[in-house]
Amino acid sequence: MDPKNIWITFPELLTWFPLLAGLVAFFIRSEKSVKTWAIMAGLITLGISVVSLLYADPVKHLHLNNVSYFWLKNLGSNFTLGLDGMGRMLTVLTAISFPVIFIATYSTSYKNAHVFYGLMLLTQAGLMGVFTAMDVLVFYFFWELAVIPVYFLASRWGGERRILATFKFFVYTFAGSLLMLVGIIYVYMHTPGTDFSSHSFSMNAMYSALLSPTEKNWVFWLFFIAFAIKMPVFPFHSWQPDTYEQAPTATTMVLSGIMVKMGIFAVIRWILPIFPEAVLQFDNIIIGLSVVGMIYASLIAIKQDDLKRFVAWSSIAHIGLMCAAIFTRSEMGLQGVMIQMFSHGINIIGMWIVVDLIEKQTGTRKISELGGIAHKAPALTIFLVVIALANIALPLTNAFVGEFMMFSGLFGFNKIYTAVAGLSIILAAVYTLNMVQKVFYGETNAISAGMQDISLGQKLVLGVLVVFIFGFGVYPQPLFDLTKDTVAAILTRIN
Amino acid sequence: MNAIILTATWGVVMMLGGAFIKSKSTPKYLAITGLVLIIIANCIQMNNGASFFTVDVKNMLVFDSFNLTFINVVFGCTLLYFLLNGRDIEKVGEHVSEYFALLFFILCGIAIISTFNSLLMLFIGIEIVSIPLYILTGSDKRNLKSNEAALKYFLMGAFSTGIMLLGIAMLYGGSATGSFFIENIISGNAPMPPLIAAGLVLLLVSMSFKVSAAPFHFWTPDVYDGAPTVFTSFMATIVKAAAFYAFVRLFENAFGSMHEQWQTLIVILTAATLLVGNLTAVFQQSVKRMLAYSSIAQAGFMLFALFALSNMAKEGLVLYAAAYSLASIGIFAILVRIRDYTIDGFNGLAKQQPVLAITATIFLLSLTGIPLTAGFQSKFYMLMAAVQNGHHTWLVIFAVLCAAISAYYYFRVIQAMFLRKVPEMPCWPKI
Repeated sequence: MDPKNIWITFPELLTWFPLLAGLVAFFIRSEKSVKTWAIMAGLITLGISVVSLLYADPVKHLHLNNVSYFWLKNLGSNFTLGLDGMGRMLTVLTAISFPVIFIATYSTSYKNAHVFYGLMLLTQAGLMGVFTAMDVLVFYFFWELAVIPVYFLASRWGGERRILATFKFFVYTFAGSLLMLVGIIYVYMHTPGTDFSSHSFSMNAMYSALLSPTEKNWVFWLFFIAFAIKMPVFPFHSWQPDTYEQAPTATTMVLSGIMVKMGIFAVIRWILPIFPEAVLQFDNIIIGLSVVGMIYASLIAIKQDDLKRFVAWSSIAHIGLMCAAIFTRSEMGLQGVMIQMFSHGINIIGMWIVVDLIEKQTGTRKISELGGIAHKAPALTIFLVVIALANIALPLTNAFVGEFMMFSGLFGFNKIYTAVAGLSIILAAVYTLNMVQKVFYGETNAISAGMQDISLGQKLVLGVLVVFIFGFGVYPQPLFDLTKDTVAAILTRIN
Repeated sequence: MNAIILTATWGVVMMLGGAFIKSKSTPKYLAITGLVLIIIANCIQMNNGASFFTVDVKNMLVFDSFNLTFINVVFGCTLLYFLLNGRDIEKVGEHVSEYFALLFFILCGIAIISTFNSLLMLFIGIEIVSIPLYILTGSDKRNLKSNEAALKYFLMGAFSTGIMLLGIAMLYGGSATGSFFIENIISGNAPMPPLIAAGLVLLLVSMSFKVSAAPFHFWTPDVYDGAPTVFTSFMATIVKAAAFYAFVRLFENAFGSMHEQWQTLIVILTAATLLVGNLTAVFQQSVKRMLAYSSIAQAGFMLFALFALSNMAKEGLVLYAAAYSLASIGIFAILVRIRDYTIDGFNGLAKQQPVLAITATIFLLSLTGIPLTAGFQSKFYMLMAAVQNGHHTWLVIFAVLCAAISAYYYFRVIQAMFLRKVPEMPCWPKI
């Protein structure tokens, strides 16, 4: 396509549209209209991202997917956005998640709903920016843009202990991102060139930075700590259960469904290509930490009584596996991470929707107080069981594909780690089935007696998620096709 | 030259005018008009180098475009300060036009310390800045805390002035040609003679007093807390920025060629300032005291200009001074309107005064250094300059960790405004 005929590109549309929609939402005073507006905006973004899938050819549609304009020119930073395979997959995930979240939480009413939905859409814009940024300074800006609205969302509309919990979250991530900023500046100073106008923040320049092995070894940690806090990897995880528990459920869905992917995405996009030697040096430490985190989180998940904390800990266990698989640097492992990033996003959002439905109807999240919901709400139970099985990564579900590949990758790296990490599958089955059994089966009690089954709208939303679960469980090829170029490019750069 | 002569003249005009002006609000308008004219005069000199006055300064002052730009930045901030705080200055006491006169004298001193080329001018400029400040600190004369602050400030200030004079004398004696001109103190790259080294350290100490760098910061919280809040705002922002500019100019021009020999001293100062400022600010219950400590912490970031001593660092300092001054003037202007200075005093402000609360939030976000604010850009510049320097990268990491701590105390105020309940007797008036 002739670049002259293109007046706007996909990454721009995906980023600016939610931003504009969010700013507009601040002025829609009526709660009902702002909800409709948010859903409409989410669906339009979804439409854009689906269309972008049709124009994904890296050569033919180059100018549709990449854009760059002058920004801080004398510092060598251009406002560069682009879509590659991995970025495209995550923008699609983001675009699917937001309308799903908005529709699923439609019945929740918020004080000052216009501010709530405005901030949610701003978060979406920030996430889209993170996934499309091709310049590390732009990436940093969007990284912060995604976090700050979440701070206000969680501390304004969250649970009782929200102020402390979100504060912890904010200080943690802020410290992390400042360390990353120092790292970014350090690498920038070593990009090819002699002065500020010839150094550059662009992705290619960062990739070809001339750092000595010692420098790489410590600058690596500046980046990794920032991303490890975001994922979170043991031992940087302590903000997460508190924040997930206290944040309003819609925000928790964004946090756990998409925002943790920012950390994984960033490791693949920035750490692997910039510091391949350091990755080689520290892979044992990091995989070790991840594996310890998996077992640790799984054990704690077994003992959780609060549904939200339960999901939070099980999520830490899953993320640990993804982090470990990245650092195996094998094609199998990386490809598995790609698949699992998408699947985990779908599954955990489904999980949260179910938790939210139960909490709204019964007023409690305590596993010990619930029971026998299956008698009252059979449809909900069916959906939950499907999602729960996906959480355990049973064959035919989407998570199986990813986890299988990640375990194969890990197996090629070190058999002992694989054996220990494999325990987490068993533990996952223990805690998930235990939860399903206690909450959904058994005798109906006073609290669950008033449960109603879900409405048609909720069935539709969960139905869409279940279609994704089985669809990609049986035929994951589209996800492979989308991301295999990124994986190949990263691997050639490392080896 | 325009700036120096006109500010001094206008100060005299304001003072004499006080004898004839009966109305309380006239001095404010007079001061704002005068300052606008002075800024215009300074811009004229900046554009074509034309001064209204032909004075042979014997090269003791230098008016290059960078200095004049800095003067413009400072005067611009002062104009904003007058506009925002004019009414509050009127409320401090009876002698309104005298307060404005003293502020103009301080501006005159600032113009001198931004352009000095000789140690004598530096000394005179610093004194012209300091003496009116002592008076302003004690201007709330029926308030014991204000009196105490003024006395403390005066004693400490006199002490540091003495140290500075001693340092200047040693440099004069130690320099090869016996000269007060800052570029003549060191010739070539010869090892530092002991007299020069001693003079350097003494000047470093006395300038650290002025910019309240740890461990010479002990006067700061008491003085900032005791002084009337409007003048604290002026002291903590405009005066501090100017003192920093003088600090950097002095060390760059006089000792720049020996940067490596005294860089370690700056590293220690910076680390101590960042640590003390941020850690102590965390424990403050009064927002005013918290801002005093946070101004020490911000000084730590500005010290990076001395640490790196490059063009980028100097640009960064001007940017930092402007960004920090704007945000602090704003937050102090809001603080003046709140009677209870504890953090609880801010509870529920967002409910009652949403616009005020949102602007305060923006100022605090800028002070924290959140992207998309000027505060971020300036911190970014400073970090860039420091990393570019190449030595002591650990200091940069230390600084950003301290910046993360600063998020804690700035966000406490934001939380109080937005998340806590309105007290039964709100202590802020309608605006």
